[in-house]
Amino acid sequence: MINVTAKYFAVFREKTGKESEVLLTSAATAGDLFTEVATRHLFSDPMLRCKVAINDELAGWDSGISEGDIVLFFPPVAGG
Amino acid sequence: MSRSNFKITNEPIDIAILNQTLRDDSAGAYASFEGWVRNLNDGKNVNSLDYEAHGVVATSEGEKILIEAIDRYKLVAATSFHRIGHLEIGDCAVWVGVSAQHRGPAFDGCRYIIDELKQRLPIWKKEHYQDGDSDWINCLTAKD
Repeated sequence: MINVTAKYFAVFREKTGKESEVLLTSAATAGDLFTEVATRHLFSDPMLRCKVAINDELAGWDSGISEGDIVLFFPPVAGG
Repeated sequence: MSRSNFKITNEPIDIAILNQTLRDDSAGAYASFEGWVRNLNDGKNVNSLDYEAHGVVATSEGEKILIEAIDRYKLVAATSFHRIGHLEIGDCAVWVGVSAQHRGPAFDGCRYIIDELKQRLPIWKKEHYQDGDSDWINCLTAKD
């Protein structure tokens, strides 16, 4: 098990009611962690329409996560 | 020497100043795109909207997109600014400007940049409607 910080933006922040939370998790990848939080917080957007960044760098859903990482969960984007 | 300049900003975009930064004696063409806040989306009357971004990741990714466009289309320079915060109808939400030797690469490079920005930047838009409701919009539901 590792401790990571999950950060939420836009609709994810509204659904969770918080900007971030520290999680004790057995998730090995960013995708595993997304599945965990999406289930708990009832996210409705499919993972593949969302994006993830680890420590301020965009990453793939299969990227590994480590103790102390800050994992940013981005809902579907709408720039422009 | 190619030049790129991407910025997320709370301030109104001063296009008259930005397009002058693209000038170069080797550039025979300049193309730009402005994205404006409009008053109708999906049949709903929009009053205003709020943009939110993750500034660090959006700026890094925006700069990557400009450099990709400069390399791919041999642009002389490329600049883009994207607003965040509260915007009213008619406000310029995003501006892209490029200069190139000729018009073809200028048009193509400008189009590439705005298309990639819309798909890749962590920016979110919440529309506020005349009926008092509001909703988050994403690029798969937005039509332009």
